[in-house]
Amino acid sequence: MRKKLMLTALAPVLFALGAGNLGGDEFDQEDIDRWQEQFMQVVQEGRALWTDGTLGTNGVACAQCHPNAANTHPETYPKFQKQMGRVVDMWEMFNWCLQHPLEGEELAADDAKMIALIAYARHERRGVELEPGKH
Amino acid sequence: MTQSNRRKFIQRAASMAAVGTLPLTYVKLGRSEQSAEFSFAFLSDSHIQHIRGNEFVRNWDRGLIRAVAETNLLNPKPDFVIYGGDLAQLGTKPELDHGAELLSALKYDIYPILGEHDYYLDLGEYWSDIFKRPHYYSFDHKGVHFVMLNSILTYDEWTFERWPTAEQRMNEMAGLDNPNGSPFLVGDAQREWLKKDLAEVDKSTPIVVVSHSPLQKIYKGWNFWTDDAEQMQAILAPFDKVTVLYGHVHQIQYNQIGNISFTSAMATAWPWPYPGSYAQAEHYLPVLTVPMNRADPFFERDATGWQFVDVHTGRVAVHYNLYDNAVRTVAWNEDTGRPEDTVFQDPAARIPPQQHY
Ligand SMILES: [Fe+2]
Ligand SMILES: [Fe+2]
Repeated sequence: MRKKLMLTALAPVLFALGAGNLGGDEFDQEDIDRWQEQFMQVVQEGRALWTDGTLGTNGVACAQCHPNAANTHPETYPKFQKQMGRVVDMWEMFNWCLQHPLEGEELAADDAKMIALIAYARHERRGVELEPGKH
Repeated sequence: MTQSNRRKFIQRAASMAAVGTLPLTYVKLGRSEQSAEFSFAFLSDSHIQHIRGNEFVRNWDRGLIRAVAETNLLNPKPDFVIYGGDLAQLGTKPELDHGAELLSALKYDIYPILGEHDYYLDLGEYWSDIFKRPHYYSFDHKGVHFVMLNSILTYDEWTFERWPTAEQRMNEMAGLDNPNGSPFLVGDAQREWLKKDLAEVDKSTPIVVVSHSPLQKIYKGWNFWTDDAEQMQAILAPFDKVTVLYGHVHQIQYNQIGNISFTSAMATAWPWPYPGSYAQAEHYLPVLTVPMNRADPFFERDATGWQFVDVHTGRVAVHYNLYDNAVRTVAWNEDTGRPEDTVFQDPAARIPPQQHY
């Protein structure tokens, strides 16, 4: 009885999906290109922030010590940071840099700027094997 | 290097480690030859950075202040100090003034050269005013001929035509990984000057060349590179003993190309990654180089430092005074005919922090 009711309730939804878009697993090259474009736009925003002396308060930019985001080791996070005394993710390490060398404010993990910074650093590290925890 | 010399180097490294992170006393080597025996300090890449008013980036200030203080405490005293360029970050008067003021605490004569961060705002004019030095020059000291270069020039179109303002030109060159930058050059005029300068010098006279950029090609993307490096090496080739000391790379590098020994300086300000840690790059880090320890970002002076240079019969031993690590020494090895780390050269002797990725 209960099952029947549910199916009845879902029927119009299923009908609507079938008649319009074919569903979540159907996408074509155009979609892929668009998603890649969206991603690369965020990478570009990340690169702009990476070289921006106004991200912190003292004019220092991430790129000053990390050209092309080198030596940030995105493939090793999360990992144990002995000075923090626990396993941390990359955004926490980025916040450490924002607060200390850049003398600025930390960003929330889901702040669009943080996501852009991480997208840029990972993009520069593309192709490198994942090695979480590595020191 | 003879066995006994090697032992002395190791003893000295051990004695310096024993005094902790401030290696202020150097045990003088026993030497048989009297000529060309002296020492100097080699400081580089302080990147004094102006924020506003009379505020400067504290971190970079501290690096230079510490190098100056430690250099002043050296015993035996060095004969002079060489400054390897990039005193300023964006070449402004406040930065050059503040940097020169911090350097003025040195109790020794100073022989500076230009880095790109000192140069591309006003093309080195103010730098020359405050240091009373031309952009390139030479001098003789106790039988060694020193050549002080301006190796961070570039193509005329880039310098004189491409950028609407001097500020933009400076900013474009200041970004190490900025694709709008341009490869460094010693250039035709300076190479001609050098040929004439060296024409007066006997081929057996030891030559020490100080340049900001490496006079060898390591990684073009970050200007660890000089476009006319081969032409420069050819000019230096006829001399028996040639050492090139350079800044710019903010890391330990050393190499031997033909008769020329190359050794870099650490920055007083911050360390740079080795090019091999940029996954998208092809690079040519000299295989001879045993890398500096990977920097620990939680210690702001880690992987920064300055150099004490021993000159012995025209060959140099460079002691890297690393603020938060044991001293490293890269010295000419008479047996192998190249500069080598006195402790870590053997692959079996290396330690995990020297692995960069
Ligand atoms: Fe520099
Ligand atoms: Fe430089």
